[in-house]
Amino acid sequence: MPVVMEAGRISRALMRIAHEIVERNRDVEKLALVGIRTRGVPLARRIADNLHGIVDRELPLGMLDITLYRDDLMRHTVGPQPLLRHTEIPFSIDDRHILLVDDVLYTGRTIRAALDALVDFGRPQAIQLVVLVDRGHRELPIKADYVGKNLPTAVRESVQVRLVETDGADEVLIQQPAEEELT
Amino acid sequence: MTPGAADGGAAGGAASHLSRLRSRHLLSAADLTAEEVLLILDTAGAMREVGTRPIKKVPALRGKTVVNLFFEPSTRTRTSFEIAEKRLSADALNISAATSSLVKGETLADTARNLEAMAPDIIVVRHQASGACHMLADICSSRIVNAGDGMHEHPTQALLDLLTIRDHKSTFAGLKVAIVGDLLHSRVMRSNVVLLTMLGADVWVCGPPTMMPAGIGRLGVTATSSLDAAVDGADVIMMLRIQLERMSGHFFPSLREYHELFGLSRARLARARPDVIVMHPGPLNRGVEIASDVADGPYSVILEQVSNGVALRMAVLYLIAGVTEGVD
Repeated sequence: MPVVMEAGRISRALMRIAHEIVERNRDVEKLALVGIRTRGVPLARRIADNLHGIVDRELPLGMLDITLYRDDLMRHTVGPQPLLRHTEIPFSIDDRHILLVDDVLYTGRTIRAALDALVDFGRPQAIQLVVLVDRGHRELPIKADYVGKNLPTAVRESVQVRLVETDGADEVLIQQPAEEELT
Repeated sequence: MTPGAADGGAAGGAASHLSRLRSRHLLSAADLTAEEVLLILDTAGAMREVGTRPIKKVPALRGKTVVNLFFEPSTRTRTSFEIAEKRLSADALNISAATSSLVKGETLADTARNLEAMAPDIIVVRHQASGACHMLADICSSRIVNAGDGMHEHPTQALLDLLTIRDHKSTFAGLKVAIVGDLLHSRVMRSNVVLLTMLGADVWVCGPPTMMPAGIGRLGVTATSSLDAAVDGADVIMMLRIQLERMSGHFFPSLREYHELFGLSRARLARARPDVIVMHPGPLNRGVEIASDVADGPYSVILEQVSNGVALRMAVLYLIAGVTEGVD
């Protein structure tokens, strides 16, 4: 499986994103991060740590599970039903600038669900989208504000983000469909 | 451990690796595997968060119709299902025996076929006949959830009891659970025994010999008519309601004598472990199976059971809806 980002590149991308966030948001105290389960959460935490180093401020951090907002329940889905996990947003999102963090931006459906979920918690002033990898093939009019890496892919390929916190190593892989699956 | 502290991980570190149930119906606790039970409990743990939000609603079952078909009186279970359905954005409608065509002599099967013709997605059924839900599952294409069938099973009650136990105890394995009271008529007992023994608990059942179902030992429990023996060193005590409405004969001389022999009093409770929890599926017969100071006392988790009921039923409805196998 070809590795397209290794640990060093991932950490540099997350540092660059932190700088871009500071550059584009004057009111740093209004910012808060919300990671989308599963891998958006450790990414959000790392970006929060980077921001702490830059502006010396601890930003509120939440985690969002979008399972209950998906649009494919009671339909024949390709993969298994995702496991429902905990949503934890321990602060009011009203009037905040929310940085929504996810690992891979693909069809945009996860982000659509996350936006629906977020607005159930209040009325943020703005929501900005942070992704580690944008692999294209959008099915909805959604665009990321901060991108770690633009990665042109074919639909039948799959992109895997692996992180130390969840998978024991930092890397982004492109998986080609296996030969035996094709025949 | 505070309620909710066990969220996210299953008791004893055994997390569920499943992400869906096998069956689109929940007819009986006996149909579930241990893995499925843990999946339901984990999902219910996550569902609790929805109830703490300012807007207590998620769109998971938006546009789905859920019929609550109740042929027996119920406050807790029906309300609990209805709140669960509404929090998942399903359209819930309630049919009770008193207001339905059943009083005009329509059979259960005909009522079900007519409901079915209006294409509900899920039917939640409570019926006085054991096996009523199984029959409906055979003739309906809707998903069926058993909310209590006769003296057979009440799976969602047992599951919410497990959720409550898991909030307080680190594991089910080796836990001494005493289930006390009207064993003969209790579907709550039957479902609990099935699930608790499946998860490795040491289950004791206790009641008057007249209310001891024949062959109960085959369920893998210790049966006794001594409340002291059942309560001694217990981690969990589950008191059952005396179901006067189901009794066709005389099972004990008087309620007062029953309370003396099988009622849970403070003195009796002292024999249990210091961190014992006392449960009751409700409604309470105060001063019969349970003394008021025990029901309202520090060991009682009776109201936690009710709160957990909503999250648990949300989990069941959500997971049942996610099963696509065998659905046209």
